Amino acid sequence: MYVAVKGGERAIENAHRLLAHERRGDRDVPEVTLAQISEQLALGVDRVMTEGSLYDRELAALAIKQARGDLIEAIFLVRAFRATLPRFGATEPVNTGDMQVWRRISSTFKDVPGGQILGPTFDYTHRLLDPQLAEGFVPEQPMTAEASQAATPRVTDILGRDGLIETSPQAESDAPVGDLTREPLSFPADRDLRLQNLARGDEGFLLALGYSTQRGYGRNHPFAGEIRFGEVEVEFFAEDAGFAVPLGSIELTECQMVNQFKGSTTEAPCFTRGYGLAFGQSERKTMSMALVDRALRARELGEEAGAPAQDEEFVMSHSDNVQSTGFVEHLKLPHYVDFQSELGLLRKLRQEFAEANQAVELQEAAE
Amino acid sequence: MSSTSSTGPNSKQAQRKAAMTVLAHSAAADIAGRLAAIAIPKHENLREPENGLVMLRGRVGGDGAPFNLGEATVSRAAVRLASGEVGFGYTLGRDAEKARMIALCDAMVQSAELSGEVEAKVIAPLRAAVDAERSRKAAETAATRVDFYTMVRGEG
Repeated sequence: MYVAVKGGERAIENAHRLLAHERRGDRDVPEVTLAQISEQLALGVDRVMTEGSLYDRELAALAIKQARGDLIEAIFLVRAFRATLPRFGATEPVNTGDMQVWRRISSTFKDVPGGQILGPTFDYTHRLLDPQLAEGFVPEQPMTAEASQAATPRVTDILGRDGLIETSPQAESDAPVGDLTREPLSFPADRDLRLQNLARGDEGFLLALGYSTQRGYGRNHPFAGEIRFGEVEVEFFAEDAGFAVPLGSIELTECQMVNQFKGSTTEAPCFTRGYGLAFGQSERKTMSMALVDRALRARELGEEAGAPAQDEEFVMSHSDNVQSTGFVEHLKLPHYVDFQSELGLLRKLRQEFAEANQAVELQEAAE
Repeated sequence: MSSTSSTGPNSKQAQRKAAMTVLAHSAAADIAGRLAAIAIPKHENLREPENGLVMLRGRVGGDGAPFNLGEATVSRAAVRLASGEVGFGYTLGRDAEKARMIALCDAMVQSAELSGEVEAKVIAPLRAAVDAERSRKAAETAATRVDFYTMVRGEG
């Protein structure tokens, strides 16, 4: 139990002043700007937006700067900021099928309609440190080619036409959509809540869980049916205007995992699916999310569910790094009163132990 | 009134949405620059520009039931021209002034008198810039299109 303490105001103030000084670092080195963070540390910004659960590049960049590059601290700052603004409502669901694609790959079909588009990727790099980047490197302008006007349908839509993959679960258009920022978690949780939880969940945690399913803890035989990254338009039904107004576009990454098939006496076998969606270019995150989403469907699909990644309560209760860090890091706060009572109890137990031992020794000596 | 009529309410709404799309994709400074080139009619703020959040929604599997993905910052405003047209401005981000300019443009787009000029001198050039930027990115992306080919495996 944590009991509040008082005092230390001056020390705290001075510590924060020292933090600001250390954050700035050597004052002879130019200060980093938000635009530099947003442009040059773009994937860190994407992660902070995704797990901070707030799409705003500039705020995420500010959070990263304020947090000295500690992304979980930055995510915490962004989450806290959310509470300062009113929510106008929810957007129309985005259509990832209409995405302006900047990258799109399928590991299942080499001749996927619309083509395989590598885009800006670390894939196929040699992971050798590049000394050129250390200073003043000016990259070449990118090559260009004629852009195809062909549509880029989702791979799952193509498989779906032949009934080879299960269809996505549908909902009535006015059915409420679960929102874990408004209602506390309860179990069992529906797929909408699970996906919301995973979308803002810690990338490292989901990566480890996804990996665990590949290693046999809840195996579900995944293929990366498709990963796409690009821009989607966002619309919001504005009551004052009376129609869905365009808000602009956001960058998203989507992963469609195609998994082991399932059938029954009444249904022909077909592939099952796991889904991942995140802000910005977040491939590792969406792949991990899709693996875990599929693992969490074990019971629904009549699979034996004993692995950690299949345990909805375990996964959803520990995926949030702001909650996790809050509880782990609160151990740093003064627990003096609590500790004093533990100490008192321990001294008493040790005294009883000593007395009991003494009694035994006396008895043995007497015998 | 036919929905395909070029003067029907649906076509007006489509025109407003098309203009709003261009404006939402444009930088506030660029909109301001274009607005500076035309005569701005008398108007008042009907809703003071303000910041807020919207919950962004995706769909399970991309095409299924909706779920809440995460929030985004937005700005909104509403403007009324002295001639009565009411315009609405919504945009991602925290630039409330941008929302106000979008609302002003939306009001002008609805005005029979002003829509021609705002289309020609504000929306059209901004659209050209947005399209050019998108084409540039699409061309850079297209250069990374790859043709994988599979090697024949096994005894051969």
